[in-house]
Amino acid sequence: MTDLTRITVAQARDGLKARTFSATELTQAHLDAIEAAKSLNAYVLVTPEKALEGAKAADARLAAGEAGPLEGIPIGVKDLFATEGVRTTACSRILENFVPSYESTVTANLWRDGAVHLGKLNNDEFAMGSANETSCFGPSVNPWRRTGSEVPLTSGGSSGGSSAAVAAGLCLGATATDTGGSIRQPAAFTGTVGIKPTYGRCSRWGTVAFASSLDQAGVITRTVRDSAILLRSIAGFDPKDSTSADRPVPDYEAAIGRSVKGLKIGIPKEYRVEGLSPEIDALWQRGADWLRDAGAEVVEVSLPHTSYALAVYYIVAPAEASSNLARYDGVRYGVRVPGKDIAELYENTRAAGFGREVKRRILIGTYVLSAGYYDAYYVKAQKIRTLIRQDFENVYASGVDAILTPATPTPAFGIGEKANASPVEMYLNDVFTVTVNMAGLPGLAVPAGLGAEGLPLGLQLIGRPFDEETLFALGEAIEQAAGRLDAPRWWS
Amino acid sequence: MNAPAATQNLIKGATGDWEIVIGMEIHAQVSSQSKLFSGASTAFGGAPNDHVSLVDAAFPGMLPVINAECVAQAVRTGLGLKAQINLKSVFDRKNYFYPDLPQGYQISQFKHPIVGEGEVIVDLLDGRRIVVGIERLHLEQDAGKSVHDLSPGESYVDLNRSGVALMEIVSRPDLRSSEEAKAYVTKLRTILRYLGTCDGDMDKGNLRADVNVSVRRPGEPLGTRCEIKNVNSIRFIGQAIEYEARRQIGILEDGGAIDQETRLYDAGKNETRSMRSKEEAHDYRYFPDPDLLPLTFDQAFVDGLAAELPELPDAKKERFITQYGLSAYDADVLVAERDTADFFEEVARGRDGKAAANWVINELFGRLNKEGHTVSTSPVSAAQLGGIIDLIGEKVISGKIAKDLFEIVWSEGGDPRVLVEERGLKQVTDTGAIEAAVDAIIAGNPDKVEQVKLKPTLLGWFVGQVMKSTGGKANPQAVNDVLKAKLGIE
Repeated sequence: MTDLTRITVAQARDGLKARTFSATELTQAHLDAIEAAKSLNAYVLVTPEKALEGAKAADARLAAGEAGPLEGIPIGVKDLFATEGVRTTACSRILENFVPSYESTVTANLWRDGAVHLGKLNNDEFAMGSANETSCFGPSVNPWRRTGSEVPLTSGGSSGGSSAAVAAGLCLGATATDTGGSIRQPAAFTGTVGIKPTYGRCSRWGTVAFASSLDQAGVITRTVRDSAILLRSIAGFDPKDSTSADRPVPDYEAAIGRSVKGLKIGIPKEYRVEGLSPEIDALWQRGADWLRDAGAEVVEVSLPHTSYALAVYYIVAPAEASSNLARYDGVRYGVRVPGKDIAELYENTRAAGFGREVKRRILIGTYVLSAGYYDAYYVKAQKIRTLIRQDFENVYASGVDAILTPATPTPAFGIGEKANASPVEMYLNDVFTVTVNMAGLPGLAVPAGLGAEGLPLGLQLIGRPFDEETLFALGEAIEQAAGRLDAPRWWS
Repeated sequence: MNAPAATQNLIKGATGDWEIVIGMEIHAQVSSQSKLFSGASTAFGGAPNDHVSLVDAAFPGMLPVINAECVAQAVRTGLGLKAQINLKSVFDRKNYFYPDLPQGYQISQFKHPIVGEGEVIVDLLDGRRIVVGIERLHLEQDAGKSVHDLSPGESYVDLNRSGVALMEIVSRPDLRSSEEAKAYVTKLRTILRYLGTCDGDMDKGNLRADVNVSVRRPGEPLGTRCEIKNVNSIRFIGQAIEYEARRQIGILEDGGAIDQETRLYDAGKNETRSMRSKEEAHDYRYFPDPDLLPLTFDQAFVDGLAAELPELPDAKKERFITQYGLSAYDADVLVAERDTADFFEEVARGRDGKAAANWVINELFGRLNKEGHTVSTSPVSAAQLGGIIDLIGEKVISGKIAKDLFEIVWSEGGDPRVLVEERGLKQVTDTGAIEAAVDAIIAGNPDKVEQVKLKPTLLGWFVGQVMKSTGGKANPQAVNDVLKAKLGIE
């Protein structure tokens, strides 16, 4: 019998429909795989009873011919999404006991369509990190290792649990969020596909906020088609989120296999950054060749304000975070560490509840918003953000349909390897991805092959606002050329 | 700006005259069913934390969604203040930690308020008219309430008010005395009530004032101000200003300087006390709320609201003066509340306006005040009062009987015309009956008859006697005429 944890969402959908296997069998296979892969630390909470209950209900609906679009598909949920009755921590101690009475819009959409909830996935604390190392549950582990090495590698961050689980066959797909690259970098590190849709495409309601103007939900899957299938489910207008877009959700899957002939692909020269590994540079070139082979036209473009993006991101995101995280004060929910008065209760609670990186960003954010610094940092950053957005607008106005870049400057690195480096070195991971969040554009990370060390490398496609379909068509072309990557399962 | 001070506003210090300069920030709770950014009820009362949504309690992942009715109310208020309406405004976060502020920030409007400059015309009791500049009006969330007296070691938090919409209405420092300040708040409250955008109930905290007070020598630049926070009655506003001005003058005359600070007014002790100094002031780290898009609407939306605006007190007052011939004072009294003005107009419809105003202001209001009623709970309806006025006009009853009739209607109710019939209160205009009464008085008082011929002013005594013998029902003019004829005086 087929290993049900190695198939795609599309295959599972067909198998379930054809009754080749049941949703219960599919779910059980994943629960077993999760149990066997505890060392990967991908899940921070498994909900087997809920999963099997969901699978049983899915089987009933499948039998009754009332199946939803995702009926019986087992999904993992990043622990940033509030799940009703299921502990939701954002992988922070400050929420270690928090059980929401509500369901996020994104996950509610999945359950509406019949998906099965396997459990909650690891992430960097409040999604702040690039290696899943700031999680209060410890880092998730990349299923991939360097050839001939047993050194544990990072599965990326912040959605490191999502990427590890998808790559290791611990779910067919996972929800994720992306504020500066938190979907695309983990996907690139694990040979998986990650879509960060246009800002406003998915509701932020019920998702723990990091930086409201940048946060966007998306998915990580094993194929481009699977991303298209899942995105259609989670996307859509939500009157509860004032920044969500009131426009119809297309059938993204229909874009899979669509010809890319005649599409104009931009290669931004400013992304050829210093320190870019020759391997990644070669990969980028190869990606451009594949698209050219598929009939696309490849042109060099300029995004002149790229070099400011990282600095601007690390002003805007912490500023919003410092305010968004003010609500974790120990008064109404979450961890409370008492004190002799209210000020001390705040101090004790937040000192004990937040980790180092979160505290660092709260401090940075508080600083850049302070009187006397606001204009020099926050206001200036917003102005440059506008220029970065205009860079993209200009390129698209010139007739470019999508932009191709590497997803990350390097392949996955060792867990703890950058522990003693300056935080800025870790922040450099986001150099190719933050601009996309700043401009609110859709970005897709696609695996493009293995590097010299035997690790997956990823390319990024950046699209016009709300033109995820073109990204899926192009991503599929790259996937066809590069082939799918499957991690060797050394842990079981 | 530095117009010469009205001399009546100056206060005498030990070393000369001083002028008080006052500006106000009024926090007016928007009349709406639900909160500014959540669907929770705004109803007053209810058990603690009964009217709290997940948004109000700032649970993880919760997002604000603007309440369109609150926006409409702010625009209506802006129109009522003859102010600039901004078609685009921005909500900002004002960041600070406090247990009754669950988000850790208040959503407010800092740089781009929904309403810009306007004005309020205030007519003072001494007959002067001042125009108070409005700098801006913005929408913001109210905070919850901390309760400190339930337990010795703990405080409790009630979030029922958390997130309720407030309009902060900021005046220019155009006020020069506590009387002007009180009159301004009174007038502003009247306008808000007319518009139906705030009930103005200060007892419930639905209208509160932050009062900025400074003093200076007449003609000199503005002095350093102190802000007296959260004063919740018009009387206290006056008292707080008086105290604070005296305090500042005392310091300055002793050679001291005023510290810019935030103060609290203690009504029990009638004094203001320092709350925090400028150095201790919060750094609120304002920035645009990324959860909310800029608030935009078109001119048609504003025009639609403008078209449905009720007649406002200034216009109504002018109309009462011209249409009904009322004095400015009477018109002011009648337009102070929309209910009162409406009541008056119902009474005055088809009748003499002045007579209606007299009855409403002197008889009805006097009685209502005495018994703690308002026009909406008045035992005498506008129709009943109008009926009484009609009976006087038709000379069916005298003014004196009318007052008795008013008493009967007040305590027993009923149709005045029917009551007059039933109780025989009708004025006697039948000359025969009056003549009989006059004859009886003349016959019984020959001495007075002699005297009145020499001293015609004694006629009043005869009138009184006749009225008395007819139980007040005789038409006084008819009595006068008959008496003069029978006594032979001109």
